Amino acid sequence: MLRSLKLKFVIYAAITLFSILLLLPTVTSELPSWFGKVIPGEKIHLGLDLQGGMYLLLEVEAEKAVGGYIEQIATNLGDELRASSIPVGRVERNREGQIVLEFSGPKEKVDNLLSQHFGMLRELSSSSGEGGIWKYQLILDSKELENLKKRSIDQALEIIRNRIDQFGVSEPEITLQGTDQILVQLPGIKDPQRAINLIGQTALLEFKLVDDEGNLDEALKGNVPAGDIILYQRSVDPRTGAVRRVPYLLKEKTLMTGDVIKDARVAIDSQFNEPYVAMEFNDIGARLFEQVTGANVKKRLAIILDNNVYSAPVIQERIGGGRAQITGRFTTEEAKDLAIVLRSGSLPAPVKIIEQRTVGPSLGQDSIRKGIFSTFISAALVVAFMIFYYRASGIIADIALVLNILITLAALALFRASLTLPGIAGLVLSVGMAVDANILIHERIKEELKWGKTLRAAIDQGYHRAFSAIIDSNLTTLISAIILYQFGTGPVKGFAVTLSIGILANLFTAISVTRWVFDFVTLKTGVKRLSI
Amino acid sequence: MKLFRSETHFDFIGKRKITLWISTTAILVSVLSILLHGGLNYGVDFAGGLVMQIKLSKLTDIAEVRSNAEAIGLKDAAVQKFGGENEFLIRVEKSSEDLEALSKRIQTSLQERFKDKALEIRRVEVVGPRVGKDLKTKALWAVGLSFLAILIYVAVRFHEFSYGLGGIVALFHDVAVTYGAISIFNLEYSLSLLAVILTIIGFSINDTIVIFDRVRENIKKMRKEDLVTIFNVSINETLERTILTTSTVMMVVVILFLLGGPVIHEFTIALIVGLITGTYSTVYIASPVVLFWEMRISSRRRMKR
Repeated sequence: MLRSLKLKFVIYAAITLFSILLLLPTVTSELPSWFGKVIPGEKIHLGLDLQGGMYLLLEVEAEKAVGGYIEQIATNLGDELRASSIPVGRVERNREGQIVLEFSGPKEKVDNLLSQHFGMLRELSSSSGEGGIWKYQLILDSKELENLKKRSIDQALEIIRNRIDQFGVSEPEITLQGTDQILVQLPGIKDPQRAINLIGQTALLEFKLVDDEGNLDEALKGNVPAGDIILYQRSVDPRTGAVRRVPYLLKEKTLMTGDVIKDARVAIDSQFNEPYVAMEFNDIGARLFEQVTGANVKKRLAIILDNNVYSAPVIQERIGGGRAQITGRFTTEEAKDLAIVLRSGSLPAPVKIIEQRTVGPSLGQDSIRKGIFSTFISAALVVAFMIFYYRASGIIADIALVLNILITLAALALFRASLTLPGIAGLVLSVGMAVDANILIHERIKEELKWGKTLRAAIDQGYHRAFSAIIDSNLTTLISAIILYQFGTGPVKGFAVTLSIGILANLFTAISVTRWVFDFVTLKTGVKRLSI
Repeated sequence: MKLFRSETHFDFIGKRKITLWISTTAILVSVLSILLHGGLNYGVDFAGGLVMQIKLSKLTDIAEVRSNAEAIGLKDAAVQKFGGENEFLIRVEKSSEDLEALSKRIQTSLQERFKDKALEIRRVEVVGPRVGKDLKTKALWAVGLSFLAILIYVAVRFHEFSYGLGGIVALFHDVAVTYGAISIFNLEYSLSLLAVILTIIGFSINDTIVIFDRVRENIKKMRKEDLVTIFNVSINETLERTILTTSTVMMVVVILFLLGGPVIHEFTIALIVGLITGTYSTVYIASPVVLFWEMRISSRRRMKR
């Protein structure tokens, strides 16, 4: 008995010491550098509700990436058929996302070409009409479709991660949630609106020619020439905040996109002292840009980002070297963010923000202060109450309570879980559970003493009898806490985490540690009467 | 120290006819309140929408904040005071338009209007309608699953279906009454109130198990006594613990209520109600249900055998 008392003391003391060590980084920042190497974990992370920050849930609209892909296939298909001098009628994507192809002439040749170069397409139906005109309905292979969706989501995740890295947020968390959602957590962010713009922007950069021959006024009335589109240049007056929209009549065909950008930086125009974004293309882009500019000298080339025209300068001469710039009335911040999104590339599909929770830093500080204060007050009251009610034995219960809080916080540090405001509530609740366990034990011991048992026997029986009630009640609460964790999001998870850890710590402190103290006191100090 | 000088002999079970009426009335009132309110008052977490908490540096009338919301065409926006002086909550529910754009619009207009009052946007929550619906389904699953898990756990641990049933009926009662209180006090049903419901489920079953545990023990000891007596004795024997634990936890929750700040105000109100009904239901719901089952249904079956 005495030997095992010693052994238990060593184990319990080690756990206590380890917990204290785990919490040291939270309490003080002045620790020697070797400390982090010896002790795992770091200081307790505060949840976004306590330290301030932004929680964003994005949905990737992968369907739209699919639409664009099919359109591109349709264009390629048309080009290839024409290149093989097959008379082609309609080649386009219909509303159901199928490609409708009309041609006349040798069917075998077309079938050959389809199976050789367009293996991702499946033939849905084919029919021949008058004059030897064939009509095919083609659809994207379902496996290919799934792959495409998955690829675009993975890409979106990567690009958003890239953008945030370049934006500069400490400890961002960007994870895939479910199949098509991206969870972004940005602690301590100062300008949430700017971050939202940066993350949510598709950033598709396109170069298109301005149709100077077409009549813009007629087009605005609804008579848009075939192969043309109208896009607008939005400019905001910095003084009045008024938005001006200037229409442009453009050739629909995109000559070049932003995926050939190697680098983009902010530069300052020496003449007007205004910031602009300087782009540098990769080799393919540089060659393409040289071709495009060479073939369209004296025409206007519109630079378009997400369907907004930024500028449409006249091409003076063939431009080699692969450099271009985007001007506009940018603030330095806007130019900086634009450079970031151009560098990290465009999202393969638009993203939609479906959940946003932002907490300002001052509210977070308020919550921490109140949370810590109320936890402290309630812990102090409970401690006082236990001593008041159970006298000296109450001190034993209090040791268990304090240890419980200590271990729970240490576990948070060890597992790098965040402490949230509901988490503090969970902690307080687990303190309540710990009190209950102690009360159960103490009441039992009192009962046994009343029935005339000796002190040792009473303690033995008290623990033995209280054990099943403590286990059952804690485990059932643990069950609901775990279910809550499984189903909860953000704030609720924090509650479930501290409650679960608290309950586990409780089973250890209330049953094992207090028992040791009782045993130690009665066996080693020769106490004959228990003050309970 | 002791709460009672001698052993207590309250006849808890004998009052079960009266308390049955009390419980039934409580549940009816709860259901009625929820029905009259046209369902629970779902917050943005579940209904989808937008909440913005703002703070101004100077004394501001709530009407001014409200008129600003109306000025930008937000007729269905609710503006309320929140916590301290000059803090307000702006809430827009179930808006079909792009919520992100709306959030931006509100922020811009507020910044314009309260330029001189150092507007601080303390919290923004935007929940899309689909996310809200997802959360609602998840919440239902969470409550349902924990009921099921607890039913199984208790039935297995006590080797009798009736104990599991008693515990679950008590849980139903507690959850119904707490939802009733949420409805009567017109609290906003949010994720944190869901957490309260789950906590109450945990607490209530905890309380029930302590007494059932004592019954389990006493059945072995008091072979000659009938079940009603055994339950009464068990409840009396654990009475001191019940009072001590409930009041300690209550003390802690009341402190959270007083000092925890407005963010967890509703959380603590619901928790206080749940604590009371959770303690009550053990004695007056869970125990009578077990008794009823064991005496009427189980014993009849046994006699047939």
